[in-house]
Amino acid sequence: MSEIRITVNGRRFRVRVPPMKRLLDVLREDCGLTGAKEGCGEGECGACTVLLDGEAVNSCLVPALQANGRKITTIEGLARGKRLSRLQAAFLSAGATQCGICTPGMLLMAEALARGRTGGRAIDWREGLAGNLCRCTGYTKILEAVKEV
Amino acid sequence: MIAPSVGLPLPRTDGFDKVTGRAAYVDDLRVPGCLHGATIRSTIPHGRLRRIRRDPAFDWSGFTFVTAADIPGQNVIALITDDQPALVDGIIRHAEEPVCLLAHRDRERLLAGLRAVTLECDPLPAALTIREGLARKAKIYGRDNIFKEIRIRKGEVRTAFRGAHRIVEGTFRTGLQEQLYIETNGMIAIPERGGRMSVLGSLQCPYYVHKALKRLLGVGDDRVRVVQTTTGGGFGGKEEYPSMLAAHCALLARKAGKPVKIVYDRLEDLAATTKRHPSVVRHRTAVSREGRLLGMDIDVLMDGGAYLTLSPVVLSRGAIHAAGPYRCENLAIRARAVATNTPPNGAFRGFGAPQTIFAVEMQLNRIARALRIDPVELRRRNVLRPGDSTATGQVLDAGASGPLVLEEAVRRSGWSVRRASFTKRAPPDPERASKAPRKGTASGRIRRGLGLSLFYHGAGFTGIGEVYLDSHASLAVTRDGSVEIHTASTEIGQGMRTTFAQIVGDELGLPPSMVRLAPQDTSLVPNSGPTVASRTCMIVGKILANAAADLRDALVQWAGDSPRRAPGRRATRGPWNPQQFRRLASAWVRKTGPKVFTRKYDRPPGMKWDEKEYRGDAYGAFGWGVNVAEVEVDAETFEIRVPRVDVVLEIGTVVNPLLAQGQAEGGTLQGVGYALTEEVVRKNGRMANAQLTNYIIPTTADTPEFRTTLLSNAYRHGPFGAKGMGELPLDGPGPAIAAAIENALGVSIVELPITPERLAKAIRARPAHE
Repeated sequence: MSEIRITVNGRRFRVRVPPMKRLLDVLREDCGLTGAKEGCGEGECGACTVLLDGEAVNSCLVPALQANGRKITTIEGLARGKRLSRLQAAFLSAGATQCGICTPGMLLMAEALARGRTGGRAIDWREGLAGNLCRCTGYTKILEAVKEV
Repeated sequence: MIAPSVGLPLPRTDGFDKVTGRAAYVDDLRVPGCLHGATIRSTIPHGRLRRIRRDPAFDWSGFTFVTAADIPGQNVIALITDDQPALVDGIIRHAEEPVCLLAHRDRERLLAGLRAVTLECDPLPAALTIREGLARKAKIYGRDNIFKEIRIRKGEVRTAFRGAHRIVEGTFRTGLQEQLYIETNGMIAIPERGGRMSVLGSLQCPYYVHKALKRLLGVGDDRVRVVQTTTGGGFGGKEEYPSMLAAHCALLARKAGKPVKIVYDRLEDLAATTKRHPSVVRHRTAVSREGRLLGMDIDVLMDGGAYLTLSPVVLSRGAIHAAGPYRCENLAIRARAVATNTPPNGAFRGFGAPQTIFAVEMQLNRIARALRIDPVELRRRNVLRPGDSTATGQVLDAGASGPLVLEEAVRRSGWSVRRASFTKRAPPDPERASKAPRKGTASGRIRRGLGLSLFYHGAGFTGIGEVYLDSHASLAVTRDGSVEIHTASTEIGQGMRTTFAQIVGDELGLPPSMVRLAPQDTSLVPNSGPTVASRTCMIVGKILANAAADLRDALVQWAGDSPRRAPGRRATRGPWNPQQFRRLASAWVRKTGPKVFTRKYDRPPGMKWDEKEYRGDAYGAFGWGVNVAEVEVDAETFEIRVPRVDVVLEIGTVVNPLLAQGQAEGGTLQGVGYALTEEVVRKNGRMANAQLTNYIIPTTADTPEFRTTLLSNAYRHGPFGAKGMGELPLDGPGPAIAAAIENALGVSIVELPITPERLAKAIRARPAHE
């Protein structure tokens, strides 16, 4: 067991977990934040995407130890109370969420791409979101939503 | 009076919870004292189970262990035929068959426990393919391994073939496809104090699970409660399999006296749960010089897997759609579902139709080439028009939208100009390909092609299926004067929560926000049937619209008869504003007691079906569609890209265009995956690529530009004219993409998925054209 300190959505957590416990499980089980989902457990589907110091990672591939001392943003940290982030609002109005299971990961990936935008360079959304699988939407409404932002 | 909401692109009512991460899926629920459960499966495809051996040196304290001997009722997953056990009892019939169950508080201990169990089996010869099943390499079901045989006959086939200008033949194959909902199957069973077993989970059909658990546990209706949790996709994959998973959780929970949760990891979900039936469809078609279909002789084979499950129904839909949306007065269709020693195949969006529609569309293209007729022109000459009859003899009315979708798609896609610009060129030569220039299309490395498919899809259960289902749905008026929908229909992403509220709201003259939805809990809501078969909006939506009309009339009448005029009451039916309705309805309930309006399915008048002869009105309504797909094929690597697909669908009144487009785009992309990349590789009856690393579904990078057009030809018996549409989009992409590849390369495509390996083989086998 190791003591891990992480800041999730601005809140500090101190948990005692096996050092190789997946960050995904730490968030879901030890922090009680179930927004990040497990879709495949091998980094292929992106449903567990969270931001680690602002960078999108598959939390099913990150051992707890690696997150120690770092800042994490999960889907629960995007809205301010009832006020949705711009991307969340765009997903809602464009019909970019259907069953919703991929939505948290998809939103965080999109958030990372939007934050990482440099200068006036356009974002290659198709390439950037290709690691996040969705089986409902055919991605078209997702691509419409992100382009609004 | 409030403006109607049907036809408006309203955002989904459950969208806020989904974009904020608040929506609670089964694995997100925290149940105190819950154990983790796991399944031990056979690894051989056929054999006799001799013994389950638990390592005596292992510390078994804290474990719950369940075998078939622990089943209090019948060891069966009740569905159509009672042939599938919940746990193996003697004979193993496929390699992923559940044999025994384990549960423990601690996940790591549970995994250790799994490793300490060994199965001792005597293997038997296994039939792993349709051919081996037919040859009775193993005895699996009945005398001949045929789960079901269906014959559809119309006219005089033999005579038609005698008088033919040409007879065209073709054999077409499709493979397994996984639904690949992103949320894997998961369930929690909670034994309650009074002896009732509550089961919560990811599922499409609460009452299917309810029925299965009653038989398994040997208890009555009220001793089992099934609740749907937010469900992360279904596509048919959560139609019948959840009954199996619920059975396992309930057996463990019953024995442990504690809640038990099983959530499959992706590997187990891919390996063990149902898939789309593989098919082999053989066509012989007699055609006239002008390309009229004089006679069709069609043989359909589907691989059902080791147990019957839903195969007869999948086969039925496949058989009925096998002649496509075409007029042919002489046809014979023979369809058989064959038993093999593989995990049972089951429901998947389209339900047998994508397989047979792929075959008939490729056959039409073959006929077009044989007669040198443009494929669109050939379809124009044969497409079903109002007054024509389908394979089962169903006479179509003005709802026959085939010509409409065809002309609309030809116009919108610019078919003629684009097709001409991709005219047939010499097939690439694999030996010389690398020397070809990279640019240019005539003989260069990237070849482009355009292909079209025309298809229809019956909505609702087949024939008198809806009568047997006898679905009920209710509306309740609450004390605060709002309206609550009571159905067992499930939200699986398609948007039923939103469309139901729109339908009921419009019938009552209320905004959808005033219509709530009761939880999908069998202890609270009536059985409105399964959420399958493109039936939820069209069939259950109509029942709700009727219940809403009853509610409105009763309220108007009460308000009229009421000695003390309720505040805000209007004497005429209908137009009240939301505040008036709320006051009036609230007073109504408070003064005269609870109000529940229940309606059941009403069969549209005049619908006739003969189940024995397979004649008559197979479906209340058909959705119609055309796909025009453009492909780019790399002649060196055989990589296939699909830059654009024009999708034209006629689905009756569009209740919610935003959600309907989502269904159209999502269903079409699943069809793109079916056409190109989604391949299940099996070794000795087990899935060898049970990972998302090598079972490949489309990503954003693979997604074509969809140009979607939704057309409306209102269906009289649907709510506000709506028809079912959930499955329709999946029928089109396979044959459209295959046709585009034929156009690009001048090869003949006879099998899905069209992987680069298969395409290379097809090119080597040329010339198959003409």
